[in-house]
Amino acid sequence: MKTSAKMIIVLTVIATLSGGILSFWNGITAPKIKENRLKVLKKAISTVLPKYDNYEELKLSEEITLYIGKTLKEETVGFAFKAKGNGFSPDLTLMVGILPDFSALTGIEILEQTETPGLGNKIEDDEFREQFVGLLMGIEPNIAVVKNRKPKNPQKGIQALSGATISSKAVVFIIIEQVKIVQNLYNQKMAGI
Amino acid sequence: MAKKSNSLTYEVVKGLWNENPVLIQLLGLCPTLAVTNSAVNGVAMGLATTFVLLCSSILISVIRKIIPAQVRIASYIVVIATFVTVVDKFLAAYTPDISKALGAFIPLIVVNCLILGRQEAFASKNNVGRSILDGIGMGIGFTWVLTLLGMIRELLGEGSIFAISIMPESFNTWLVMILPPGAFLTLGIFIGLSNWINERRVN
Repeated sequence: MKTSAKMIIVLTVIATLSGGILSFWNGITAPKIKENRLKVLKKAISTVLPKYDNYEELKLSEEITLYIGKTLKEETVGFAFKAKGNGFSPDLTLMVGILPDFSALTGIEILEQTETPGLGNKIEDDEFREQFVGLLMGIEPNIAVVKNRKPKNPQKGIQALSGATISSKAVVFIIIEQVKIVQNLYNQKMAGI
Repeated sequence: MAKKSNSLTYEVVKGLWNENPVLIQLLGLCPTLAVTNSAVNGVAMGLATTFVLLCSSILISVIRKIIPAQVRIASYIVVIATFVTVVDKFLAAYTPDISKALGAFIPLIVVNCLILGRQEAFASKNNVGRSILDGIGMGIGFTWVLTLLGMIRELLGEGSIFAISIMPESFNTWLVMILPPGAFLTLGIFIGLSNWINERRVN
């Protein structure tokens, strides 16, 4: 009886102290962590959109938030949104920038990826990402993924990374899928208003 | 279990080589293999583990007499998990890049057998002074091995050390070194070498 009482008391005290310390520490670090996340988000948005002065957020669904880049004259320069999917490895997250009429991409940025180092992770390289600037989208996007050479029409295709065709195709696939979804949600939202 | 106590200097020095956590005790190999794909990751992982090890050793040594034997492991885990969470939040707040690179391996320090092993084998049986020395020694021993592994793998796999290019432009990087097999190869050679050196010392 005595030991079991001691066991309960000791564990309770340790756990309570631990909870107190962590809650205190979380109070100090949480604002900083939030700030870091916001910084990463802002940087990604400014990479994928043409020059803008500020952006607004528009929640399209539980998962999808549209970041609308605007100039000081209230002109919309483009939309940015996060697109998640699977690459060669799971959990590939992109930031996609697109013109406000969904006609063409303005840029992409890789937010999270676990592709093979040295092969698939080259999707992060500027050279690969810049191919997406100006790609035509529209209602039924159709992007060719070409191996070993430049696509004939740089507005309708990209060159796959050598040794990482699956990763290259995955990026294209995620973009096409998500652009369609976002476009639908956005149009519904606009029609609703 | 009466054994003669070591000199205070030895409590620190033993972790560096004679009882090195990675090379001799083969403890904590999971993070050792997983995060040493670059020198900076190796250092960060080593230092984070050292911090947790040192703090846990101190605290557990202080409270070792009031913890009932039946709940000692549970108590150790709560103490260790607290310090790990402190480190995890710290890295996420002040060094977001390192925090992203190390990912899940920081929270996983909780179950690193090196830390629990030292609490069970050392801090719970020794006074605070010795536990501090032991924690420092083991921590440095863990850190230097991880750093060196990271440096070698980064040098051969990326041609750089601490992200500073070392190899000439013409150097063809050995991709395998920054992939998981490179970790096994390098660690295997390390342990083989340390065994070889120890055998020669005995002879």
